[in-house]
Amino acid sequence: MSTTWLVLRDGRTFRGRPLGAVGEGSGEVIFNTAMQGYQEILTDPSYRGQIVAMTYPMIGNYGVNEEDVESRRPWVNGFIVKEASAIASNFRAGTSLDDYLRRHGIVGIQDIDTRALTRHLRDHGAQDGIISSVETDPRGLLERARALPGLIGRDLVAEVTADAPYGWSEGRWELSRGYVAPPPPRFKVVAYDCGIKFNILRQLSTVGCDVTVVPAATPAADVLVRKPDGVFLSNGPGDPEGVPYLIESVRGLLGRVPIFGICLGHQILGLAAGGRTYKLPFGHHGANHPVKDLVTGKVEITAQNHGFAVEPDSVSRLGWEPTHVNLNDTTCEGLRHREWPVFSVQYHPEASPGPHDANYLFHRFTDLMTRNGG
Amino acid sequence: MPKRTDLRRILIIGSGPIVIGQACEFDYSGTQGCRALREEGFEVVLVNSNPATIMTDPDLADRTYVEPLTPEFVAKIIERERPQALLPTLGGQTGLNIAVALAEDGTLDRFGVELIGAKLEAIRKAEDRALFKQAMERIGLALPRSGHAHTLDEARAIVEDVGYPAIIRPSFTLGGTGGSIAHTPDELERAVRWGLQTSPLGSILVEQSVIGWKEFELEVMRDLADNVVIICSIENVDPMGVHTGDSVTVAPAQTLTDKEYQLMRDASIAIIREIGVETGGSNIQFAVNPEDGRLVVIEMNPRVSRSSALASKATGFPIAKIAAKLAVGFTLDEVRNDITRETPASFEPAIDYCVVKFPRWAFEKFPEADRTLGTQMKSVGEVMAIGRTFKEALQKSIRSLEQDRWGLTLDRPLDGDELRRLLSVPNPDRIFAVGDAYRAGLTTADIQSMTRIDPWFLENMREIVAFEPRIAEAALTDGDVLRRAKQLGFADRRIADLTAATEAAVRARRLEQGIRVTFKTVDTCAAEFVAHTPYLYSTYEEEDEAPPTARPKVVILGSGPNRIGQGVEFDYCCVHAAFALRDLGVEAIMVNCNPETVSTDYDTSDRLYFEPLTLEDVLNIVERERPLGVVVQFGGQTPLKLAVPLRDAGVPILGTSPDAIDRAEDRKRFNALIAELGLNQAAGTTVRSLPEAQTVATTIGYPVLVRPSYVLGGRAMRLVHDDQDLREYMGEAVQVSAEHPVLIDKFLEDALEIDVDAVADAERVVVGGVMEHIEKAGIHSGDAACALPPYSLGEGQVRELRAQTRALARALGVIGLINVQFAIRGDLIYVLEVNPRASRTVPFVSKAIGQPLAKIATAVMLGRSLSTYTGLEERELSHIAVKESVFPFVKFPGVDVVLGPEMKSTGEVMGIDRDFRKAYLKAQIAAGETLPASGTVFISVRNRDRRQVTSLAKRLADMGFTLVATDGTARVLKRHGMPVEVIHKVGEGHRPNVVDLLEGGQIAVVFNTPEDGRARKDSAIIRRTAVAQNVAYYTTVDGIQAAIGAIEALLKGEHRVRSLQEYHAGLR
Repeated sequence: MSTTWLVLRDGRTFRGRPLGAVGEGSGEVIFNTAMQGYQEILTDPSYRGQIVAMTYPMIGNYGVNEEDVESRRPWVNGFIVKEASAIASNFRAGTSLDDYLRRHGIVGIQDIDTRALTRHLRDHGAQDGIISSVETDPRGLLERARALPGLIGRDLVAEVTADAPYGWSEGRWELSRGYVAPPPPRFKVVAYDCGIKFNILRQLSTVGCDVTVVPAATPAADVLVRKPDGVFLSNGPGDPEGVPYLIESVRGLLGRVPIFGICLGHQILGLAAGGRTYKLPFGHHGANHPVKDLVTGKVEITAQNHGFAVEPDSVSRLGWEPTHVNLNDTTCEGLRHREWPVFSVQYHPEASPGPHDANYLFHRFTDLMTRNGG
Repeated sequence: MPKRTDLRRILIIGSGPIVIGQACEFDYSGTQGCRALREEGFEVVLVNSNPATIMTDPDLADRTYVEPLTPEFVAKIIERERPQALLPTLGGQTGLNIAVALAEDGTLDRFGVELIGAKLEAIRKAEDRALFKQAMERIGLALPRSGHAHTLDEARAIVEDVGYPAIIRPSFTLGGTGGSIAHTPDELERAVRWGLQTSPLGSILVEQSVIGWKEFELEVMRDLADNVVIICSIENVDPMGVHTGDSVTVAPAQTLTDKEYQLMRDASIAIIREIGVETGGSNIQFAVNPEDGRLVVIEMNPRVSRSSALASKATGFPIAKIAAKLAVGFTLDEVRNDITRETPASFEPAIDYCVVKFPRWAFEKFPEADRTLGTQMKSVGEVMAIGRTFKEALQKSIRSLEQDRWGLTLDRPLDGDELRRLLSVPNPDRIFAVGDAYRAGLTTADIQSMTRIDPWFLENMREIVAFEPRIAEAALTDGDVLRRAKQLGFADRRIADLTAATEAAVRARRLEQGIRVTFKTVDTCAAEFVAHTPYLYSTYEEEDEAPPTARPKVVILGSGPNRIGQGVEFDYCCVHAAFALRDLGVEAIMVNCNPETVSTDYDTSDRLYFEPLTLEDVLNIVERERPLGVVVQFGGQTPLKLAVPLRDAGVPILGTSPDAIDRAEDRKRFNALIAELGLNQAAGTTVRSLPEAQTVATTIGYPVLVRPSYVLGGRAMRLVHDDQDLREYMGEAVQVSAEHPVLIDKFLEDALEIDVDAVADAERVVVGGVMEHIEKAGIHSGDAACALPPYSLGEGQVRELRAQTRALARALGVIGLINVQFAIRGDLIYVLEVNPRASRTVPFVSKAIGQPLAKIATAVMLGRSLSTYTGLEERELSHIAVKESVFPFVKFPGVDVVLGPEMKSTGEVMGIDRDFRKAYLKAQIAAGETLPASGTVFISVRNRDRRQVTSLAKRLADMGFTLVATDGTARVLKRHGMPVEVIHKVGEGHRPNVVDLLEGGQIAVVFNTPEDGRARKDSAIIRRTAVAQNVAYYTTVDGIQAAIGAIEALLKGEHRVRSLQEYHAGLR
């Protein structure tokens, strides 16, 4: 059994066994605390540039199937688990995790103390690292890890966004039927693809949106010309400040059309509004984060995946107000404009993976479009 | 929403005695509830009949009533205490049923008591299967097809629809009592009859079988603002068809994709809302078709359950505590997570380990019982193990069971037929047989087709088995192989077996290789936040994250899984030890593996190691913690058997020395001790072969008591009447040999039996309580009822018992607790047994006399003098406390209910009152024996008891009871001019016989003392029928006498209730 190394920028080194493709993967190492949903995580484009460590130690139990994908391929730069299941046991399972990763060229590592890794990232911050199943000397890997570019200021959206506009026609998932056809559309929505998760599109179409997905670099004018009832700003990887063109486009849309943003979309809105974003020490990646809706006072359990956040104070002077707050660390989880039909959340109401508690936000979007005359 | 200010005093109902299906998990939940409410400034009134619990400690509630758990008694307490609210969700099915009864009969309205946590309507909707079904249909969730039946014909009609096999579930019973699976019309008839009998409402659900489907449970919390969170998902390794209490289960769910899991989560949230459970924890069970993922709802418990205790321990999220806070108005986001301190309770715990729960059965106590597992729970306890992988956790759980099993094997040759049977019919050995099946070359597909266990679990078991040859070949020479073996969870002992080495050699080799255990924290959040509570488990990983502190510390070894003979009493003692250590400023370190207990609550001790109680695992902890010492006195036999090996490993044992323990256990040394002190004991000795046994038995004379040495709860202890009995016993039951010696004692017929509990320091011995057994010698002290203070002994006798106890404690050098069992025959006092450790009766005595003996003993072990305690010396009690035992016979059809030297009870209750009769009456009611005020009494006594029967019968006749007796007894009564009806014995072939009368509901109480030996089999059917019909029965003449006294008390007047605090105040 060959050795695989994980070396972090600060020198912390783990020795494990290979998983998936043989080779090297590098990126920001982060941990995700969701206990299931690894396939959705692997295919979430927001993880571009990152190596994901799963804190749940047994991954791959139910294999990989054709349905539970959030984009056309896995995007993670590397995958870290304690134990990859040798067997895939589920009536929908197609292949094993290991096969899937190998087929998509994703380098992983298993059999390391993922809890020690998590504690290290928690205490010392998410940081660049390299997984290698080819290098025998971890010292060389450390040097290269130190030379990695990090996420700050990088445009990772460009790596994952669509090349050209496309339509969407898949609705929500049902156990016996898979993805069903959505109801007839009532709203015309343009969705910016910064690495959009399919389940956002499925949710939008389920609430009656006829969605056109456009590349992240689409100027505002090109969107407005489509006369949409609403614009959606998607999730996506990396630092929101790395996509100035999108911030620019959104500025051109603010106040002119109802907008709903999720995750990176929320951060882009914050920046377009003139506010600031900052990097969290190790981000929020999981399916159990409590968020309070400041309007209703209710708590929802949310799926989260972000390393940056909006400083709410930086936008509150500019006509925005916080709508949701994270109860773990009081970071800003949602914003809306006091006058314009714009709102956004930092977390993932589309779930997949994660709880469905926040699904009401898609209805909030259609309500907003209705009120706006859509 | 903040705390409610309109409530001041809240009543909590406990769950009563430990029975199968309702064990100490409700002590855990009740204790948490009491603490949580008092922390918020509420006054707590608690009622529970079980004295062995922590929750009934007078320190835990403002008013503690150890009174029977019946609506009548609880109503009296309500009338007296006038609480504003009743929290019904912490006391299991018992607590819930009483709350429902009090709500329905108007008591709660009359006294203005509000049900908090769950309203009556919600409880009804969840508990009544018809209402539940309607509710599920309203929210579009499927249930297995089913119908309600009150008669056999109705049941047959439903089976026409649902088909065979059909599941029979009686309404409103706990632990699935009375439930079964019918595969044929014959089985259906039996199943329906039994189900209707056990349901208090005479109604059953006949349900489509989803046997073989995957089984899941979700633990759900809801607050008054309608926030809902899922605390934990649990997946059963044993698929549908085996009661979840009898299933090996795993947390979290392992084989669900996120999409499937979220369907279940959404369903759970919809269910708790639709049912309308306002606050607190509920447990919802689902079945999933492995072929297509189809989901059906099985049931919901609108209360804290056994699974919630497991979920609390599995995640670190204290469900009962938070449920109590939510019930008084807090919302989830207003309650802090104790472990992280920073984050709120409104979240869903993230686990980064695997938890395995393994049930512990007690079939060795009931050899005649059917070992097949089905819809009715049969296990008496459980263990939980935590590992980083399923493989590691499963193997840790196996050794936690303390059944001398160290690996995934039955360790005996199995032929193909037996193996197939063990796999296809669910039974306690099945998981082990899976290991053996792989060794026999079966494939996962083969095993799956027989067991219906998900291939994921099977494959993991296969990986364990597949690694064994590597271990055998190279574990002692190749460090990597040894490390891998440890990561897979192999015990040193198992590695030793596989490599033909000793456990010590494996350990030494392992340490030499630098393969050391590491400890990780259970922190609710998968390390996302810093944990402030050292709740630890071991694994073989890279990082150890919880180094010991520099404080002085003591390790307390817990009592492991509940079993017959070792239950919540010992947990009580361990918890008290932890409290005492905290008071003394010493760090309390708890080691235990039982998820149901208070001891495994992370805030009971300063540091909790959730670990198996084996030498290997304990040494790993002790070598790391370097404590001042280890407490082995409190956890029953589990820690006691580790005392000598630990001492030999250089570990300081606190209190009484292991040598003294050995002196009390080793027959030769014990005989010498008794002789040295000039005390008496029954003639007897240790034998190592059958001829030796025969010689001894003939010399001392039959009947003799025989038992293997070093046992607990009278395991395999038997009263032997003749040579044939003796040969059977020595050959079959215990296989006597030089390594397995057997003790033989002269049986002291008709002797009174007495238990004494005392605490000793280097200077003094203080007797806490002298308990007189109701039943004469020959019945295990754990099964016998007893009274404190003694009700028939003379002052001189009691003085002498105390003196002998002191002498024994002194001679043994006891520091801490000691229990002595005496027999009195004529003028002679015999010492039966000396146990230099906490006994089963310590909590009972502590509550009766108002002194926390275990706490005091702990302080004494740490050097504190007994003289610093005032009021300890024997005080005159103005009350009397009676302990009565409860038995699991209703769960085991076909097992005779007669008591003997082998312990069979699962739990106990206490009745406390001003005089013996009233106290005994309360104990009987609390134990579930409904003593009649009028009606027909069946009497049948053995020859020896006929002298006494006349006066007893007369008392009954004087009270207006009709007497029915079998021929022999009837003749005696008639001779004394007593009116009596003669009834046929069962074997006589004439009808109606006594069983017919019992089944016809014409007998109110059964008084039947059976003949000894083989003759008793004939009358077993009478006693069995009494159990099945829930008719009170007494099988000893002493029991009958006490019961008649209790009936007299019953006729004399109303019950009075009084709190322990009041009883104890009367002593000062």
